[in-house]
Amino acid sequence: MWFLGFVLLMAKIAIVLGALLGLAAYLILVERKLLGRFQIRFGPNRVGPFGLWQPIADGIKMILKEDIIPADVDRTVFKYSPAVVATVAILMVAVIPFSSDLILWGYKIPMVFSDLNVGVLFVLALSSLSVYGVALGGWASNSKYSLLGGIRGAAQMISYELPLGLSLVPVVMLAGSFSLVDIVNAQEKYPFVLVQPVAFLIFILSSIAEVNRLPFDLPEAENELNAGYHTEFSGMRFALFFIGEYVHMIVLGALVAVFFLGGWRGPLLPPVVWLLLKMLLVPFFLIWTRATLPRPRYDQLMHFGWKLLVPVALVNIVVTGGMILWVRS
Amino acid sequence: MLRKSVELVKAGYEGVMGLADAYFITLKHLFRKPITEQYPEYKRPLPTRSRARIILTRDPDGDERCVACFLCSAVCPVSCISMEAAEREDGRRYARWFRINFARCIYCGFCEEACPTLAIQLTPDYEFCKRDILSFVYEKEDLLVNHGGKDAEYDFYKHAGVTAKGGKGAHIGETEPVNVKSNMP
Repeated sequence: MWFLGFVLLMAKIAIVLGALLGLAAYLILVERKLLGRFQIRFGPNRVGPFGLWQPIADGIKMILKEDIIPADVDRTVFKYSPAVVATVAILMVAVIPFSSDLILWGYKIPMVFSDLNVGVLFVLALSSLSVYGVALGGWASNSKYSLLGGIRGAAQMISYELPLGLSLVPVVMLAGSFSLVDIVNAQEKYPFVLVQPVAFLIFILSSIAEVNRLPFDLPEAENELNAGYHTEFSGMRFALFFIGEYVHMIVLGALVAVFFLGGWRGPLLPPVVWLLLKMLLVPFFLIWTRATLPRPRYDQLMHFGWKLLVPVALVNIVVTGGMILWVRS
Repeated sequence: MLRKSVELVKAGYEGVMGLADAYFITLKHLFRKPITEQYPEYKRPLPTRSRARIILTRDPDGDERCVACFLCSAVCPVSCISMEAAEREDGRRYARWFRINFARCIYCGFCEEACPTLAIQLTPDYEFCKRDILSFVYEKEDLLVNHGGKDAEYDFYKHAGVTAKGGKGAHIGETEPVNVKSNMP
């Protein structure tokens, strides 16, 4: 019996990992196309119909590139830091429920890899771990631009981790559980975005900073720092940073869907499609933002995080607690 | 206190509206038609005076214009033009061979400006990339065309000061030669 379970798990992993990485690859294409359209030009449209083979071409190019490790880098850290970013981003998918339990021939198949009872903490922990990839990658490169990028990345991620976590506290209070499955189940009647718009806003804002996207892309700020922490990386190592960033985007989309938009719940369409639609909203918004907003100065970024998002998140927790007490009494 | 908080709310409102405005503008652009000209499918017609591949043009009567004066070769900043001068039986100069190395040419158009007979001209034809760098060396027969280029009616030898075509006084804008023996005061 355990063998069947093992095969099932492997099949699930294969499907989800394939879908996730494929989605990340095509998200890059979608981003380039959308950015093009935002700037009234076509995006990539030469490889295959509508440029659809572009991600494949990019992948082949990345793999075939020469593996360059600059002189005087810390070789071990240099080699492993891209893997940290990608692994951590992919690991976060483990706790996201895709659908309600599937009943197949009398067996109950849970549509989540692991229904951790501390799912929220797991997600937050992994999300902050990805800063190690950025900071260490920047440090190991032995280049001033990379180091500056890495330092910025570390400082920024630590400051935005706080509002990210605090904005989820009201959600946990409402759901009464840290498990993502329970949180989705708690949104059976209404999605939490209706009762927690402030937390929703804070979560989105800090998640932009968390994935180093514009306007909070100071760790890689092209115009100031070349490419920030991944200046010295090339070929597949660079691609891993990229994959990590885009998977992180998708996962944060999924988290927004789970925490605020009711996860896989929705009428008519199958649950997985609903989850997919909801989780792609966030990447679209991030791309839209990238096309719209300029990058703030570093101190403005810190100011915004510590002096605005954190207090607002704290007040939101207190207000939510008061409301819950008031409703229950 | 009240005034300050009112101002703060106002500033916040203005900030949010500014952001919303920016988002709205980019969203509007998302649905606009791209202004890109898709190059290999659509080739933009270039102005006749744009500078690309060089040609050697001919007179209205079909004779080649080049008189091998070496001015183009001298003015060329990258020294990509070379030739050898020769003379026909009637005393008219021409280039025995004429060579332009397009791999070196920077399309500055100085040769065209220097040319007294309007022989050497730049055309808008920019599409002649090749794999083999040696095939960029164009000989006279590759350069010579069967038309007059930009100023097709121009004929250097029809103008004053040159006697190769037509005698004295037969040129455009030229008066009869003065008889130095009969114009005594």
